[in-house]
Amino acid sequence: MKPSGIRKFFDIVSEMEDVVSLGVGEPDFDTPWAIRDEGIYSLEKGRTFYTSNAGLKQLREQIALYLHRRFSLNYDPMKEIFVTVGGSEGIDMAFRAMLNPGDEVLVPQPCYVSYVPCVELAGGRVVPIPLKAENQFRLTAQELLDAVTEKTKILVLPFPNNPTGAVMEREDLEKIAEVILEKDLYVLSDEIYAELTYTGNRHVSIAELPGMAERTIVINGFSKAYAMTGWRLGYACGPKEIIAQMIKIHQYCIMCAPTTSQYAAVTALRDCDDEVARMREAYNMRRRFLMYAFEEMGLPCFEPFGAFYVFPCIREFGMTSEEFATKLLQEEHVAVVPGDAFGDSGEGFIRISYAYSIDNLKAALKRIDHFITRLREEAGTGLSEENV
Amino acid sequence: MREQILTFLERNSKIDLKELSIMLGTSEAVIANEICEMEKEKIICGYHTLINWDKTSLEKVTALIEVRVTPQRNQGFERIAERIYNYPEVQSVYLISGGYDLMVILEGKTLREVSGFVSNKLSTLDTVISTATHFILKKYKDHGTILLSQEEDERIPVTL
Repeated sequence: MKPSGIRKFFDIVSEMEDVVSLGVGEPDFDTPWAIRDEGIYSLEKGRTFYTSNAGLKQLREQIALYLHRRFSLNYDPMKEIFVTVGGSEGIDMAFRAMLNPGDEVLVPQPCYVSYVPCVELAGGRVVPIPLKAENQFRLTAQELLDAVTEKTKILVLPFPNNPTGAVMEREDLEKIAEVILEKDLYVLSDEIYAELTYTGNRHVSIAELPGMAERTIVINGFSKAYAMTGWRLGYACGPKEIIAQMIKIHQYCIMCAPTTSQYAAVTALRDCDDEVARMREAYNMRRRFLMYAFEEMGLPCFEPFGAFYVFPCIREFGMTSEEFATKLLQEEHVAVVPGDAFGDSGEGFIRISYAYSIDNLKAALKRIDHFITRLREEAGTGLSEENV
Repeated sequence: MREQILTFLERNSKIDLKELSIMLGTSEAVIANEICEMEKEKIICGYHTLINWDKTSLEKVTALIEVRVTPQRNQGFERIAERIYNYPEVQSVYLISGGYDLMVILEGKTLREVSGFVSNKLSTLDTVISTATHFILKKYKDHGTILLSQEEDERIPVTL
């Protein structure tokens, strides 16, 4: 397996003092108090044992209710849902359960970094689909069609997307669903950012479309929506035959997800819609703030409608993403993530996270502005005015 | 829109109008207009500063006083409330359900000043039946703001 190329960059960040980071992939909010309180209560009551392999029954029931209420999905909590150690485990289990040696998995990129190694570890072969900024980093039916071969088994759908912030709306999904049905593919839909969309419409899961639920594994979890990254809790839903195989692997490798987290998560799903909405609104404001700032700076950036990232293009500076990020870090002490960390098609972009307070964003933006103004002056072009 | 503006102002009345307009995705003029209207309608009643006086050299004593009163014919509690809130040292007056009628929040320089107010001015009002004074020893959280916290970002600076 390829070592993560980004390590070197991370090492410099962690050794540097006075860094203003825009590099995190997790919420800045604390887990809502009601959820933490429930976790504490479960510990006080001595609920410190294993749960069933698939997870607490009441949690699976709440997940089923929640998915129906929010996304019109229908899953049997006893057979079609199981609780995982974060969304990451669900991804791993799905590939391990479904892939045979040589099976091809289509991975639209840029995307989160774990699909590729998990596919490879499971004996599959990754076929990247490079997404384009001019399509707002959405997957088109044609791109999908062009990548399908006889060996294609699974399409990964990582939307809302980390790192681009792209979303797939209902019309977009309907178009690719046709291809999926025609080519008889399975879908791994990673919807960990489902609660964080800013289009005005709720997120649409591909599993909601006709004929799709029976060929889709939906991955979701508590990390992003409920600011619960450290609790390590997620879930996978899908056809009972596949879920049963996933649970089989899970029971040997993991046993069960953390019990305290599971009790806390029941409260999250049952009582915390308002908290989720509050955080979503805060992210949305920061998103608008960043978009405005990049427009002012003349840094091209498509408007992202999901997750908590923006993905501006830095090609005008004639550097690779990593060179740009390293120079920005060294000269202005601002940490961003080079886009190519998320696949080759991320080259020429940087990922900026807005899981930060407005004050923190302002401080970082000021430094970025200095940085690119200086780069433009050095290049002797008058781009800064023209590009606005 | 109004509620969104108010939510912001309640936490930070110093916020820059332009910033607010960017974050709410609307024009500065619309926001300025709404704020102006809400000031006129007395929805926005003032812009104050939350101060942790404990960190200054100025001594301040705050007391919560529960007051039981006899409501007056045709006027209920309004008249007695007015008599109490007109004293400048009185910060707040609330009509309360439960075991007593009015909650009076009083700020004074010293314990003696506060107790002087209670015994000389408040208790002697005609309709006041009884008072119970509670002195605040320490403020942990005020107006939704935790006063003593020093929040540090403990997240790993870069994660994917």
